[in-house]
Order: sequence, then C-alpha cells, then structure tokens
Amino acid sequence: MQTVTVKQLNLFVKSLIEGDMRLNDIYVVGEISNFKNHYASGHLYFTLKDNDASIRCVMFRGYAQQVKFDVTDGLKVILRGRVSIYEKDGQYQFYAQEMHPDGLGDIALAFEQIKERLSKEGLLDPEKKRPIPKFPQKIAVITSETGAAVQDILNILTRRWPLCNIVMCPVSVQGENAVPEMLNALERVYPIDCCDLIIIGRGGGSIEDLWAFNDEILARKIYESPIPVISAVGHETDFTICDLVADLRAPTPSAAAELAVPDMGEMKYRLNSNKQRLIKALNGKLTLAKSRFSQAENSPYIKKGVQSIIEQRNLTVDTLFDRLTKRYTDILNINKMRFKTNLATLDALSPLKVLSRGYSVAEKDGKILKSSKDISVGDKFTLKLKDGSLNCIVDTKGE
Amino acid sequence: MENSFEKSLNQLEDIINKLENEDVSLDESIALFEKGVKLSNDCRKTLETAEQKIISLTEAESEE
Repeated sequence: MQTVTVKQLNLFVKSLIEGDMRLNDIYVVGEISNFKNHYASGHLYFTLKDNDASIRCVMFRGYAQQVKFDVTDGLKVILRGRVSIYEKDGQYQFYAQEMHPDGLGDIALAFEQIKERLSKEGLLDPEKKRPIPKFPQKIAVITSETGAAVQDILNILTRRWPLCNIVMCPVSVQGENAVPEMLNALERVYPIDCCDLIIIGRGGGSIEDLWAFNDEILARKIYESPIPVISAVGHETDFTICDLVADLRAPTPSAAAELAVPDMGEMKYRLNSNKQRLIKALNGKLTLAKSRFSQAENSPYIKKGVQSIIEQRNLTVDTLFDRLTKRYTDILNINKMRFKTNLATLDALSPLKVLSRGYSVAEKDGKILKSSKDISVGDKFTLKLKDGSLNCIVDTKGE
Repeated sequence: MENSFEKSLNQLEDIINKLENEDVSLDESIALFEKGVKLSNDCRKTLETAEQKIISLTEAESEE
C-alpha cells in the first residue's frame, strides 16, 4: 500500500486547486463575518458567508492597503481572488486580492464611512466653520506646482486682489505621496501666523485621482487648522471629505481664488461710490444747515421779533399814554366841573348878580355906603348899576 | 498684523453712515468729511500701488 504524508496530500490537493484556471481568478460575493484586522502584519482575516455556507478568507497587506473603505462585519462585498489550501492545516481558503462593496462603489462607501465618522465627532458641524477673511493679506496655496489649477488660482488672485501675498506650497495631489506631502505643507503653514487663509486643492480628475482629498488624516489635519481653509477639489460635481471639513468649499480652484479675495475693480467702484456718498452726505448736511439757518432767519421771531417787540412796546406806551391822557382829561374835567360849580356859587354871591336883579350899590371913595349917616348932602358918590355907574351928588337926605 | 486697507475701509464706511444717518454738528460733519476723503484716498492709493509677492513655502518659513 502506497502512503503519502499529510503535507504531500495537502500539497497535492493544493496543486489540483491551483491548477484550475477558474479558481485562480474568481469573484465571489458574500457577507463579512469574524473580521480580524491583524494590525501588526496588516493582513485581514475574515469569513465570507451567505445564508447557507461560509469560507475562510485572508487578504494580505499589499492588497489590504488598496481597500479604501473600512471592512466591518456584516458588510456585503465582492471579493476577487483565488482559492487555495493552507497546507499546514489543510484549510481551504480564499485569498482575496480585491474587495469591493456590493452595491455602492468602494470610494462611495469609504466616503460615506469617513463622513459618518467625522460627522459623529462634530467635525462637519456648520457652526465650526470660520468666516473667510474679507481682505486676506497672505494666502497659502497648497496644490500641485504643475497643472492648470495653480495657474488659475495665481492668475485670479493677481487680477482680483494684488494686495495679498501668496505663499506657494507645491505638493503632489495624487499618488502615494499626496497625503504625506499635503500634511507636511499644512504642518509648515500653520505656524506662519501672517498667513490668514489657506487654499488647498487640485484640478479635475477621476474619482481615484481625487482620492487623497478623501483621506481621513488629511481631513482631520485641515479641521485642526488655526487658519481658515478653502477647499477646492476637482470640478463642481466633485465632493470630497476635505470639502466637508474645510471652512469653505469652492467648486473649482478658480472659484476658490475668487471666493478668497475681493475684486479690485469692484473695490474701486465701491470706493468711488463711497466718495460720492461722502460728498452727498456732507452736502446734505450743508443743505440742512442752510435751510435751518434760513428758516431761523425767516422765523417770525427773528424777522419780526425786534419789530414786534417795538410794536409791543409802542402799544404799551400808547396804552400808558392813553391812560395818562384819559386820566389827565378826567382830572381836568373834574376840575372844570369844580370850577364851574364854584363859579356858579361865586356868581350867585356876586354883587353884580344882585345888580342884575335891579339893585345898585353906592360907593364913596371906593367904600360901599351902608348907612345914610356916612355921607353928607352935597357929597359926591358913585352908584353902580348892572351895566354901568352913575356919578351922583346927594341932594337931600330922607329918613 | 494690522490690515490697514480693511481698517481704513471700515472707518470710511462708518463715517459715511454717521454722516448719512446721525445728527452730527456741521463742524463735526466737515471734520468727518475731511477724514473720510483722506481715508478714501488712502484706500485708493493702496489699491493702485499694490504689488503682489509670490513666495515659496521655504521663503515664508525663513521669514518667521
């Protein structure tokens, strides 16, 4: 009886399996379970299963590094690889060389996974976004030295806002050096405190070309930036993780440059209109002052003020004068009355009044004759009548 | 680092707003106007004499 060793047996079966062309390159679909990431070696170990069956799988480091998304239990994947036997334990297993999510594309899945993680940590919160300075003075531009993107950015920055200086940080934007170089550039730009804005990005490319900008470490580094960051990756339709963590996402590198700085022409226009406004405002003030002045000047108080005061005074004087004259007249009248009364009394008592009634007065040497004894026969005397006097001589004396 | 252009522009616009909206005396208005014109001219001069410098990262670092 011919016998073989276990190892020989395993190697024989292995050679049979490996000799099968179909088993050498086959796609298998299933769900991942018992996933173990062997961090030291970088190899991935897991079981691929469906409802009815399972197979042990290994993915060696070189292949595992190509997997962009996180491998987790329960994930439905399509594996490409070969089937073989591990001769040490006779275990038949699947040696995966590629892994793709079943359904979503790899990049889409990886993107979603990173996004979800960062989002949970709050790195994508809108309130974490810082405002972009209105007038940046020094802008760090982190992009490839070659290609249209850098030219577009520089041209636009120069044309729009020559007031800002630019710190050029040439980096690889794709390939394995891209992430380390960009991390390094950020690391070096952060301490330059005169930089007040960072533009990081690249021109358009395939999703794979843009992949560096979905790197989680780079995203975290951008999030930690002490300086506001504008991310500008690819075209308008491309969204990357960097875009999500940056303070502002520009749809293209050109747009980033436009968003970064104000426009010189617009600024000149604004300055011009400011000057016009300034002049207009002062003119307004002057017009207002003039109108207030003329209003004041024409105000009845100022214009008629003095006159009215004079008039007022005149009126007072007039009134006083009237009162005075009235008083004077009154006094005059009263006195006139008194005078008349007195006069009448006087008149009544007057000897002339008596004379007018037909009496007469005899006077001798200016003295009124009151007795016949005061005069002798032959004496002259004056007899006063109402309308004149008679010179008389005493003829005889009666009793 | 002071951004003199931004500062001047802000000052200028503050002055205009003050002149346009606030009750300031004529004397003060004229003083504000003069200051505004000066700021406006400063800003314009800054714009017109601007010269952009493009330096490399290593130069920027050695400046620090």
